[in-house]
Amino acid sequence: MPAADLARLASIARDCRVQIIRMLTHAGSGHPGGSLSVIDLLTTLFFARMRHDPRRPDWPDRDRLVLSKGHCVPALYSVMAKAGYFPESQLITLRKLGSPLQGHPDRIMLLGIEAATGSLGQGFSIAMGMALGLRLEGRPSRVYCVVGDGETQEGQVWEAAMSAPKLGQPDHPLDNLCVILDYNKVQLDDFVKKVLDLEPVLEKWKAFGWPVIEIDGHDLAQIDKALDQAEAIKGRPTFIVAHTVKGKSVSFMENNPEWHGKAPKPQEAIRAIREILGVTEDDWTGYLERNPETAAVVKELEALEKK
Amino acid sequence: MPAKASRVAFGEALLELGAQDPRIVTVDADLSKSTMTAAFAKAYPARAFNVGIAEANMIGIGAGLALAGKIPFVCSFACFVVGRFETIRVSVAYTRANVKIVGTHAGIAIGEDGYSQMGLEDIACLRALPNIPIIQPADETETKQAVAYAVEHPGPLYLRLTRQNLEPVSPPDYRFQFGKAVVLRPGSDVTILASGGPLFNCLKAAEKLEGEGVKAEVINVACIKPLDEDLLVRSAGKTGRVVTVEDHSISGGLGGAVSELLAEVLPTPVRRLGIQGFGESGDPKGLYAKHGLDADGIARNVMKFLNR
Repeated sequence: MPAADLARLASIARDCRVQIIRMLTHAGSGHPGGSLSVIDLLTTLFFARMRHDPRRPDWPDRDRLVLSKGHCVPALYSVMAKAGYFPESQLITLRKLGSPLQGHPDRIMLLGIEAATGSLGQGFSIAMGMALGLRLEGRPSRVYCVVGDGETQEGQVWEAAMSAPKLGQPDHPLDNLCVILDYNKVQLDDFVKKVLDLEPVLEKWKAFGWPVIEIDGHDLAQIDKALDQAEAIKGRPTFIVAHTVKGKSVSFMENNPEWHGKAPKPQEAIRAIREILGVTEDDWTGYLERNPETAAVVKELEALEKK
Repeated sequence: MPAKASRVAFGEALLELGAQDPRIVTVDADLSKSTMTAAFAKAYPARAFNVGIAEANMIGIGAGLALAGKIPFVCSFACFVVGRFETIRVSVAYTRANVKIVGTHAGIAIGEDGYSQMGLEDIACLRALPNIPIIQPADETETKQAVAYAVEHPGPLYLRLTRQNLEPVSPPDYRFQFGKAVVLRPGSDVTILASGGPLFNCLKAAEKLEGEGVKAEVINVACIKPLDEDLLVRSAGKTGRVVTVEDHSISGGLGGAVSELLAEVLPTPVRRLGIQGFGESGDPKGLYAKHGLDADGIARNVMKFLNR
């Protein structure tokens, strides 16, 4: 991918991180850690990879994304808003009564959501079935499924893992399916290693018959290249192990189980946004004067504190 | 028309419908010879998927196929498929995926295999979910029409089928109508509501009761959800006594649904006949006799209920 495109993606991912912090703070609850770990993957998928049209969310030939780790839907909402599925102003209705932005994805309330997820372990099977159905229908669509690391402790994931490389063979192999592990090493209660270690991850998936690609899930060039490779593999679905950092880009959230499922307070959110944007404390006031959009977000958060 | 298991009638219907509608596909979990989708799989190998003994994955794959425009029938024993309740709840019901869930081997009438293989709580589980109708046909005619309806129904539904043969009960001109119950035998002293396996025994029981001077109205409630509220309330109002008969737990099934309806709309004494506790191994006839679901048991319980 050319440097200019990478820079564009990095800029979008940065904006989306700001929006994730913003909407979670307004909601007062939700899951920042995993949303920040998955956002570079979703940004690359939505803005460099998937064939989709926000004006036609039901376009039959669209590529699909099933976010099996449904609790990280704020990340998905942020890229959807950025892509034009709905106005970014709507993001702060997250989790509020009457909002289509449910706490976990709802396929009917928000067009563009492909499946209801959030009960962990289920999205992967749905994505497989979709990939099979699209093959049977002769459609060109690809299906991407993002699973969480803690999520793969669910038994259904391994039913699906054992099945997907064989399903549809020989006439309709699921080489239109790409499953991505957001391997941020942290789950709700503690570090994955402490709760139930997944290792050796690569060997497990290889033993189940998957071509496995291992990448840094925050390196946009690596993500893009891995998705290219996955698309080139014929006859089988592909598994991408994306090593990520939970809470990526916010120092006090990074690699900290405490921030799995807790919304920041307004002052914490403002600090998080400053860190995401890479601005020092000294330069912050000047930065806000030069960037009215960020200033507006900050003002809105400060107002929240006074409520 | 000879007696036929509703699972067999289902398999035959699916084979026929499959020829007309390429959207129909099947997903099985290593029980296709028992759920009777094997014939469909043989005729349409590219549209039949056996995913191994993994029911949750089967249901999820069904949801995905539905979202891609297919009409999947996901099939297993009632206890195993509905046992993956949480997957049905989110991947099918909440996702609004057009999946036809088929549970065969409903009830204690499966016999010798014993409790772990008996679907006895499946109706109770699925009644609690929004968006999933429950249909239990009583003979070959009704089953074939119900399967055809399932294909047309815009959304998920649950078909509850038997392992054992079912004697014909439907009139020759029978037309299955979604949400409608059918009076098979009019009466004025007591209403007997049933569907599926025990329905034939209810008609036999009504004959016996006639001999005792009791006119029982027997209604086939093939559609357990949604209930035909009008017809049921009208019959209850006429007879003043309602007996529900089902090869399912007496909690949460047809008896539960009817009791909830009447308690709110027209409080009427109800007696629920069905299974209490766990099932057990045995010959199907012996099991029905032991649990009061044979004609004698139904007639006896009705008489007791009427204080006669």
